[in-house]
Amino acid sequence: MQVPVQVYVRRMGFSAIAAILGVVFALPLIWFISAPFNARAELGLAIPQAFSISNFSAVFQNTFAMRALLNSLIQAFGGVILVGVSATLAAYALSRSSIPGKSAVTYILLLFSSVVSGSAAMVPIFLIISAAGLINTHLAVILVFAGGLLPTAMFILRDFIDAIPRSYEESAMVAGASPLQAFFDVALPVIRPGIVVVVVWAFVNIWGSFLIPFILLRSDNLMPASVAIYSFYSEAGTPVVTLLAAYSLIYSLPVIALYLFVNWKFGFRFFGGIKS
Amino acid sequence: MKTFSLLSNRAGALFLAPAAALIGVFVIIPFFWVIVVSFTNRTLLGSTALNPDFVGFQNYIALFNPLTFFSRGQFGFSLILTTQFVLLSALVGQALLGLILAWLSQTVSPKIKSFLQTAVIAAWILPEVVIGFAWFAFLDFDNGTLNMILRGLGLPPGDWLLQNPFWVIVVFNTWRGAAFSMMLFNSAFQSIPPSYFQAADVAGASSLQKLRDIALPLIKGHVVTDLILITMWTFNVFTPFLLTNGGPSYRTELLSIYTYRIAFKDFEFGKGAAVGVIIMLINLAFALVYLRMARKKPAEAD
Repeated sequence: MQVPVQVYVRRMGFSAIAAILGVVFALPLIWFISAPFNARAELGLAIPQAFSISNFSAVFQNTFAMRALLNSLIQAFGGVILVGVSATLAAYALSRSSIPGKSAVTYILLLFSSVVSGSAAMVPIFLIISAAGLINTHLAVILVFAGGLLPTAMFILRDFIDAIPRSYEESAMVAGASPLQAFFDVALPVIRPGIVVVVVWAFVNIWGSFLIPFILLRSDNLMPASVAIYSFYSEAGTPVVTLLAAYSLIYSLPVIALYLFVNWKFGFRFFGGIKS
Repeated sequence: MKTFSLLSNRAGALFLAPAAALIGVFVIIPFFWVIVVSFTNRTLLGSTALNPDFVGFQNYIALFNPLTFFSRGQFGFSLILTTQFVLLSALVGQALLGLILAWLSQTVSPKIKSFLQTAVIAAWILPEVVIGFAWFAFLDFDNGTLNMILRGLGLPPGDWLLQNPFWVIVVFNTWRGAAFSMMLFNSAFQSIPPSYFQAADVAGASSLQKLRDIALPLIKGHVVTDLILITMWTFNVFTPFLLTNGGPSYRTELLSIYTYRIAFKDFEFGKGAAVGVIIMLINLAFALVYLRMARKKPAEAD
């Protein structure tokens, strides 16, 4: 029985390679997981002497750090609400109305949104926000993200709505519902899973991003966590590693939680294809 | 049966209005405005901040000045650096590694598979600033995890961010983005009927033969989609800034970081806008290829 042995050896080899690759991928993150619980953490990797949560209480007592998390929440929620509402309305219109040229609209939007990237558009975006007098406001960050994320969000939702039979709303309207009632009472509940995906995707994008708030905000009390984290330096100019590590973990938690949620609810492949 | 419109044109326009306004102001107007600004000498401060002059192609001529084009910290240097970065970290690194990871995932036990995928996906979903710090600690000369391992193996440690900054960001971006290619290839492989592989097994084909002769030809569309998407993302990525700040001495200054420095550190908005226009032209070329293919083969596009 030579062949099964060969197959077995090959399987073992593959498993070993896969396990090693997994470890290699995990290596840069070990510090991220261990340092927050080490009261004397440095940049180096060390096994905590005693499992400690003192770094976390230091973060919670730091008003600047907590303020930054709140700012991240304000900006992410603001952006998500704008994206969620306007993308749902627009995608529904693109799917269900007979506005001329609507397929061209989707095509052109996708083209624009992939061409006008953050790195290409940072100058005009800054100038537009300046001209509008919105520099250094939450609203600036919210609006810029909403505009940038909307084309993709509309595209995803339009696909989703196209897959829903029109007969749902048609029968409601035959029964005497107005178009608005058909939208709110019949279509919206069916579209909800699609909206959840778009909202989660937009939240993760805004929550994690650095460049836009970095350019548009000046004052400390508006900085989101992604920018504020660069202020955790001592007077000597060295990073306060204990604070940084614990803060990084707290700041990452919403993203991890949302990933687990989406993975559990929809499977990750759906979510995976649409990160931009 | 006649399909009547569920939404009148007027209601449809009303539904579209908020999205149209936001996209118009923050996507479409910037597209045209960056072109206008690129022909001016606009700065952040001073008299040209309010009343910029039109300077024709002066910004573009300055960017393509052959005397300084290839010098460090100049446009040409960044452009070539970015090209190398895309080739090595996206096309070779992410795509090839993603393919290997996905192929391995098909054969190994569920436990190892979920460990592998968790590690790879974690690198991808965590916020970029957190990843930046984690890598900064990972590469620390005195106590970083990497040098600790190297010393443990009896190998010489290195001050990687100073000695090989370019290779650091290449490996960094490969590590950060491999998950997308892996997941895309995962779903591509799962769309292949298992009977194809069983037949090859009976014929005694090796794993490499199965990948090369059965799987790859069948997922060609996915491969092209993957390559174009990761090329566009990597071309525009700003994340290495969080690890290296573009330095030391401009050695990791990708085009996105170069634009940022010209516009927001040197305050030369006109010149920064000119770089933005060139980035958009390159993006446009990739996007047109991608959208053409996505239209041609809707089944394979995603």
